Amino acid sequence: MEPKTLFDKLWERHVVHQEKGRPSLLYIDLHLVHEVTSPQAFTALRSAGRSVRRPDLTMATVDHNIPTHGREQLKLEGIQNDQINTLEQNCKAFGITFYDLFHPRQGIVHVIGPELGLTQPGMTIVCGDSHTSTHGAFGALAFGIGTSEIEHVLATQCLWQKKPKTMEIRVNGTLPPGVTAKDLILGIIGRIGTDGATGHVIEYTGDAFTALSMDGRMTVCNMSIEAGARAGIIAPDEVTFQYLKDRPFAPAGEAWERALIDWRELRTDEGAQYDRSVVFEAAEFAPMVTWGTNPAQVVPVSGVVPNPEEFADPVERRTAAAAISYMGLTPGTPIEEIRVDRVFIGSCTNSRIEDLRAAARIVAGRQVAAGVHALVVPGSTETRRQAEAEGLDQIFRAAGFEWREAGCSLCIAMNTDVLRAGERCASTSNRNFEGRQGPGGRTHLVGPEMAAAAAIAGHFVDVRTWSYARA
Amino acid sequence: MERFLVHSGTVVPLDRANVDTDQLTPKEFLKGTERTGYGKVLMYNWRYLSDGQPNPDFVLNQPQYRAGAILVAGRNFGCGSSREHAVWALQDYGFRVIIAPTFADIFYNNCFKSGLLPISLPEATVDWLLQQAKTTETFLTVDLQHCVVTDGQTFHEPFQVDPDRREALMQGLDEIGMTLRYVQAIEAFEARRAMM
Repeated sequence: MEPKTLFDKLWERHVVHQEKGRPSLLYIDLHLVHEVTSPQAFTALRSAGRSVRRPDLTMATVDHNIPTHGREQLKLEGIQNDQINTLEQNCKAFGITFYDLFHPRQGIVHVIGPELGLTQPGMTIVCGDSHTSTHGAFGALAFGIGTSEIEHVLATQCLWQKKPKTMEIRVNGTLPPGVTAKDLILGIIGRIGTDGATGHVIEYTGDAFTALSMDGRMTVCNMSIEAGARAGIIAPDEVTFQYLKDRPFAPAGEAWERALIDWRELRTDEGAQYDRSVVFEAAEFAPMVTWGTNPAQVVPVSGVVPNPEEFADPVERRTAAAAISYMGLTPGTPIEEIRVDRVFIGSCTNSRIEDLRAAARIVAGRQVAAGVHALVVPGSTETRRQAEAEGLDQIFRAAGFEWREAGCSLCIAMNTDVLRAGERCASTSNRNFEGRQGPGGRTHLVGPEMAAAAAIAGHFVDVRTWSYARA
Repeated sequence: MERFLVHSGTVVPLDRANVDTDQLTPKEFLKGTERTGYGKVLMYNWRYLSDGQPNPDFVLNQPQYRAGAILVAGRNFGCGSSREHAVWALQDYGFRVIIAPTFADIFYNNCFKSGLLPISLPEATVDWLLQQAKTTETFLTVDLQHCVVTDGQTFHEPFQVDPDRREALMQGLDEIGMTLRYVQAIEAFEARRAMM
């Protein structure tokens, strides 16, 4: 039999209909829905007199446009948010499970899918959100779609897709101490560019990825879209299975054993060909900080803000100059000298329990620098509960962080968590686009430890030396 | 969906690479439940100053481009979020065609679902168009049937588009209606699944 890539296997398992040279009709195993990109899809479905084909394969929650504090009060007063109320009505009308604002399992859709065990190896998963790539960490083919395709999946449980190309990103060896999954993916995007994987599904291979926990793998796959990839996947292994075992929606008993046999098949066969391959060495990675307005504009924390003139490509040169101007930076400034006004620990990239633990280790016994406003927003209500059970909230609060309720918060800034114009933020989120965290706001993407350390120091610091010096 | 056959209009040059969907439709305008009305907020943070007045330096506010219907921009257009609001805003503003060297995948896909035509042309050609449109009023005709962009004189550039997508745009097809013709195949797939 011809050797196949993991992607080929995932694709072939889901083809409902295929004609030569035409797009494939792919079956979707799990459709995740949130309040911002779905209302127009439900409206169109209704006006065409159609229904939801598989409400049992659809799950909804609220995360983007929700408050991250004062929910108890809101419960009493009633919700005055059109999108939240509309989603609730739509879910009721079409029989879709809905984790509402007050549900103990509510959270960022890409955090709760895995947490509930809904996300499983071998699945196709879609959501009207580009960071759906997160679920690829489980060996699922997961990608973001627009509202028209949401409607299409609701009505048919399928999507027409042209088969994308495959790209292997291999990182050999062990990441140096103090270098996290976030640094790994930022380093990769910096190397291949913000459109470096356009048209491709990335498979991450090599020791650097297999050594990561599921939380770390999700951080990596989450940002595949920031390199332009259609999706990012990591083959499932014992780490994956251990994570999933006994989750509420994971198979149980005999079904679990059968699932394991099936899931162990989900890896790229020896000798299978990718359309492209790139290889890096883990030892070359370092804690990263973005200096610009796209995630590829990134340097190690020991570096400096680059001089646009150093870019050979004229487009990149102009883009860098515009970014440095927007960011209010000066070429040549050491990254460690950049002061921050705000710190955000959260988002579907870095808001899971291990992210919070890592940040708490840095923060413990220290104080947020004067003038810095720092925020921790757990990715889910369950993560928040677990963190509180471990006392992490006390560590953050004692240091001067705000401890919030679960949601997207300052990653997309659709609620009241917004940067003011000119404010500079160390953020564990995924996009440093102009205005992403608020009009005129300046975002530097970092990992949780780096964000926590910046909150304490008031400027970026190299956690490799800084944290150990104080320990 | 409105059918797309031939479309003519004034070129608006947006000389930037990596125009992301956060720029096309900033998140503060994503709080509605409607599909229409986003044209007025298209590229809001570039288009308006912090006091809400139009930024006279921005291309969309310059009188010669007011009637623009074909947007020409730099590489990796539409990167970032999956929000289809970005496509709706461009259409609602009056654009029917976007020309760029490359597009981000989700945005590119969303365009076809909503009836906006994204055209990839070589970077040198796009650069030439950008420079041309910055200095003189440039009027182009996009013919989807023959897959060609032309100014009716010297500029005559063929482009490629997936035949299925082209067909869907030209016919203004209801994709869901089309897919539902395969309902037996879907049911068979689900039945096979249930057996496993």
